[in-house]
Amino acid sequence: MSPEPRETISLFVPCVVDQFRPGVARASADVLRKLDLGFETPGPGICCGQPAFNQGFREEARRVARKWIQHHEAYSAVVAPSGSCVNMVRNHYPALFDKEPDWRRRALAVAARTYELTEYLVHVAKRLDLGVQCPLRATYHDSCHVTRHLGVREEPRRLLQHVDGLVLVEMEQSDRCCGFGGLFRWTHAPISRALSEEKARMIEATGVDAVITAETGCLLNIEAALDRIGSRVKAFHVAEVLGGMARA
Amino acid sequence: MRENRFRKRYQAALNDAQLQKGVSAATRLLVSMREKTVAEIPDWQALRERGRAIREHTLDHLDGCLETLEQSVTRQGGHVFWAKDDEAARRYVLDLALSRGVKTIVKGKSMISEEIGLNDALEAHGVEPVETDLGEFIVQLADEHPSHILAPAIHKTKEDISLLFARKLLKPKVTEPKALMAQAREHLRGKFLEAQMGVTGANFAVARTGTVVLTENEGNIRFSTTCPPVHVSIMSLEKVVPDWSELYVLLNLLIISATGQRLSTYVSFLNPPMADKTRHGPKEFHLVLLDNGRSRILGDERYRSILRCIRCAACFNVCPVYTKIGGHAYGTVYPGPMGSVLSPLLFGLDAHEELPFASTLCGACRDVCPVKIDIPNMLLELRSDVTENWKARHRMYGRRLRVEVWSRVAGDETVLRWASRIARSAEPILNVAKAPDGFKLSHRRFERSE
Repeated sequence: MSPEPRETISLFVPCVVDQFRPGVARASADVLRKLDLGFETPGPGICCGQPAFNQGFREEARRVARKWIQHHEAYSAVVAPSGSCVNMVRNHYPALFDKEPDWRRRALAVAARTYELTEYLVHVAKRLDLGVQCPLRATYHDSCHVTRHLGVREEPRRLLQHVDGLVLVEMEQSDRCCGFGGLFRWTHAPISRALSEEKARMIEATGVDAVITAETGCLLNIEAALDRIGSRVKAFHVAEVLGGMARA
Repeated sequence: MRENRFRKRYQAALNDAQLQKGVSAATRLLVSMREKTVAEIPDWQALRERGRAIREHTLDHLDGCLETLEQSVTRQGGHVFWAKDDEAARRYVLDLALSRGVKTIVKGKSMISEEIGLNDALEAHGVEPVETDLGEFIVQLADEHPSHILAPAIHKTKEDISLLFARKLLKPKVTEPKALMAQAREHLRGKFLEAQMGVTGANFAVARTGTVVLTENEGNIRFSTTCPPVHVSIMSLEKVVPDWSELYVLLNLLIISATGQRLSTYVSFLNPPMADKTRHGPKEFHLVLLDNGRSRILGDERYRSILRCIRCAACFNVCPVYTKIGGHAYGTVYPGPMGSVLSPLLFGLDAHEELPFASTLCGACRDVCPVKIDIPNMLLELRSDVTENWKARHRMYGRRLRVEVWSRVAGDETVLRWASRIARSAEPILNVAKAPDGFKLSHRRFERSE
């Protein structure tokens, strides 16, 4: 049986963040610190099982998911700077364990207190102004998992609007997929590249200094595409902006 | 191998600038037309929910609905044929044509006739099928297949079509869409008068009154259903609707989702001719109900809801993948998001195992679907089925997978960037680990779950 959760937040550092953009984890930590919230990072880089799950490897995903649950269920809340991992936990874990009632119960319990970072800040911590300054003209890319699968559309924008000096410029079709799609980026690279370059051009067209997202996968994909089309626009995770780490 | 053929096809599409331009412009136009109308409808979400509920209820009572439909059609003197598979449906239409001495058939746009390969079967027996929907007419003339279930020739530009008409119809070269349409119209007018049989699909069929409902903007369906003495409608069995109140909701959802119109230019309601044969119109009416695997899908809880689909094609137009590669790349009658679910289910997972992976799972299709089909989730289920199959076939999958991943990583600039990031990020992470302020790494940086 799972123990009673402690009154501490687990800052869940997804494997993509851990491996490729650890600054996002540091920035997320800075944000929680600003709010005087006690937190730990159990097993940073522990995967939620999404890559295996999305490729149809359910048994492998279950093995990883059990590990993830064990690591995170001890906390009163789990906060992640990644919508797709939260979507995995919240929307796919229950079905993944539909034949294992005990694991399903544990999955549902931890899923109910697992939040995407901006969602947590706006709805649970109820803080919009983190007292950050960031003189940037920026546009926001709505990552599919954050926006469509979790329904987190306004939260990051509301937080960004409270950043001193930051001017938010909306791009055309901000919620059009950047073509990342997890392993789709590799398995169907030519399509993915065509999509990310289209996204990069839409970002360029706004004349901003930076593009901000809440999903590290999209962030890296878009950053590479901007580079390919020779753009000077920078790409930041919303946590990096809120943590005061984003620089033009 | 299939995977490779799929790659070859989409690579060709990505390299075809004309096709890219055509598909991108046309889908964007359809999306904006739909969005504009949806924004004008205050209870759109409620309407979608009603549509979903109607379709689910109909699927729950499908056998009863179809029996009512059959009774209503036969009571009025029409004929109903239950076709178990494509072969049976083809055979029925062909026998009918041959026994009535039919030389020419005029056809309205019908995905089902594509599904069963009707045209080839007719041609093989000396019967000429003439597609009369402008888009279908164009792809038939080009010896191709539709690339979009709503706009079959979406992959063609007006310049392509101009060349095609000049070559095949020996018409003067024009590029004005209106002039091109006039050329097609002139050619087809004679065919309508000449044909002895008309074949259409069915957008819906109302069970209580035995009415086949067809929606279009061009008038070719109206001609096909009124000129020739024999009419055949072929429908997949899930297109049945209990009654007119349900039809009203679904017709609204279909037309708005498809083109953003409140109502299409023509909506035809076909009932069998009554005993009084002196009335105008067809003297014979046949309704072919095609199963072809659908009753099997109906019995599978995981996939059943794909049968809610009303073929509006809204999911094609918002799908980032479809809009980049077009319909032909999918290599099936039903491409795009709904087709990536339906095609493997209808024609076998082995035949289309690459399709469930041809998606970024962005979810735009689910958001736009007028009857709320959860396409991404079904793609995930299908992926799991494919992977299980694959594992059973390849015991050495671990090794294969590693080789596969390695080969892609090594040749990918983004990944190389990322790899360099790993190296660069190692040091700061260690610094953070030593930081005294709470952000402590309680485990190794990357702990494997095994």
